[in-house]
Amino acid sequence: MSENALRHTGRAPRRTARARGRTARRSPMAAPRSFLWTRRIFLTLLTTFVLLPVFVMVSSSLKPLEDVSGKFRWIPSGITFRPYLDIWETVPLADYFVNSIVVAGAATVFSVVVAIFAAYGVSRYDFRGKRVFTVTVLSTQMFPGILFLLPLFLIYVNIGNATGIALFGSREGLVLTYLTFSLPFSIWMLTGYFDSIPRELDEAAKVDGCGPVKALFRVIVPAASPGIIAVAVYAFMTAWGEVLFASVMTNDTTRTLAVGLQGYATQNDVYWNQVMAASLVVSVPVVVGFLLLQRYLVAGLTAGAVK
Amino acid sequence: MTRTAVAPEREPAVRKAAPGGAPAPRRSGRRRIALPYLLLLPALLLELLVHLVPMLMGIGMSFKELTQFYIRDWSAAPWAGLDNFAVSIDFDAPVGQALLKSFLTTCLFTVLSVALCWFLGTAAAIFLQEEFRGRGFLRTLFLVPYALPVYTAVITWAFMFQRDNGLINHVLHDQLGIGDSPAFWLIGDNSFWALLVVSVWKGWPFAFLTVMAGLQNIPRDMYEAASLDGAGVLQQIRHITLPSLRPVNQILVLVLFLWTFNDFNTPFVLFGEAAPEAADLISLHIYQSSFQTWNFGTGSAMSVLLLLFLLVVTGVYLLLTTRGRKTSDV
Repeated sequence: MSENALRHTGRAPRRTARARGRTARRSPMAAPRSFLWTRRIFLTLLTTFVLLPVFVMVSSSLKPLEDVSGKFRWIPSGITFRPYLDIWETVPLADYFVNSIVVAGAATVFSVVVAIFAAYGVSRYDFRGKRVFTVTVLSTQMFPGILFLLPLFLIYVNIGNATGIALFGSREGLVLTYLTFSLPFSIWMLTGYFDSIPRELDEAAKVDGCGPVKALFRVIVPAASPGIIAVAVYAFMTAWGEVLFASVMTNDTTRTLAVGLQGYATQNDVYWNQVMAASLVVSVPVVVGFLLLQRYLVAGLTAGAVK
Repeated sequence: MTRTAVAPEREPAVRKAAPGGAPAPRRSGRRRIALPYLLLLPALLLELLVHLVPMLMGIGMSFKELTQFYIRDWSAAPWAGLDNFAVSIDFDAPVGQALLKSFLTTCLFTVLSVALCWFLGTAAAIFLQEEFRGRGFLRTLFLVPYALPVYTAVITWAFMFQRDNGLINHVLHDQLGIGDSPAFWLIGDNSFWALLVVSVWKGWPFAFLTVMAGLQNIPRDMYEAASLDGAGVLQQIRHITLPSLRPVNQILVLVLFLWTFNDFNTPFVLFGEAAPEAADLISLHIYQSSFQTWNFGTGSAMSVLLLLFLLVVTGVYLLLTTRGRKTSDV
């Protein structure tokens, strides 16, 4: 089954998805009319629910200020692109953007590399303490963030005082923090993915004279690239969307979008059209990236989670 | 140690390990024993620095009288014994009372949110199991709430819930004529439901994604066999789909529970630093009471209690759900 998952997801996910569709159409779940109607109604309601905020975000971002200050209007009195120009002036959005990209990007790269090594170790070797390691790492997911927010803040401040490495208030500190947030899930998912790659592949590479690390990068990483993409998407989204640590651990120059966007709301008058325009601008890169790569995430979950 | 020296031994060892997963012999050289640890080392160090050591420190802090005077040098703070815990769970005093209220609110909120997320996700995944026109489009569309950064999604909902210029009141009050005057959604008792709606909107696609992945592993011929035996759609869902999803659901529900219970981002962005009492989730409550009074000792004690609660629930849950079916090795 796990080899199946690899074949499905690794090589040509799109084609197999279509093939799966073909078998599904022929499938004997020849649905009665009541089922089709239930499905139609349910999916319509759900689509409305999902789209409502998206509609509000897009339409409000194109409205003049009086439309968003007064009663809500389904149809704007006029369409304007002003909000998209104003957002850069009201708050230093461009700076926040750069901070977010740097922090999320760096956290993703480091997190993926660290996760690849760890998952390789767990997947390919038996060693004392393996179970303790996996359980400990996964259980960190369970900790309430609030429990280690304060101690971590103290640790970063003390490291700064002792060594001069500024972790508190700097991008580096945030990168370090975020990369560990996605690590447990990434290790877990990649371990599942690596397990689904036949051991004969890396054994063959080793017979050809590759060391273990070389075998990892020559054989396993390419074969597991969908899983690695999935993990990277997950890590990036985690870092891009985090609020709690960003609001405590950044200052004016290192502020990320997660905190910066709330700047519009704390002004005396809330320019809701600008807030919506900024939200849209901030969301589009991640949403588009995610939707383009989502099949890898589904594939990664299939291989990693559902064994 | 050179590679050639190890190579002859390594080969059979691995072949033996491959099928049954039996441990490879340990005597084949120090480097071979050290290698897995080296691979794990970066992950381990990072987890130690950012999660485990701070957590232990947090536990230590919960036994200290840690007020703002000791922030720079917390180890100098006087020991408080169990005082912080005593204050936290003294349900006759205001601090304990507020904590208990927040805890109960969070429990109710989590149960409702997880149940709704699971239901919507599972139903949507089952309805999209078969090919029909627009299926691929819906599948992508349904992932949008998951892909949106939490804060932009929640800010948009905050706008929709505005009393005077929001969409919700426009529909409910102006168009459907419900209520004498437009309701407040972000303060007062309604805020609980506002928070629930936002949380479900944001959370259900993860259930959808996971269940969808789980469904792909159910062999088609099981349905074929069932339908030959005359089983209808509902029976197929009940007797094939749901039982096959059990292992997926076990983890899914646990993860949803932990995320929802610990959720800080949603209430924080929706309400700001001070959540209304009806929607005062525990993470935000602890954050607020720590930073309001600068009494981090009590805040830490509350966090430790929260962690203990989550540990117990997780342990009991895993015990109950794993009993009766074979434990799969993690």
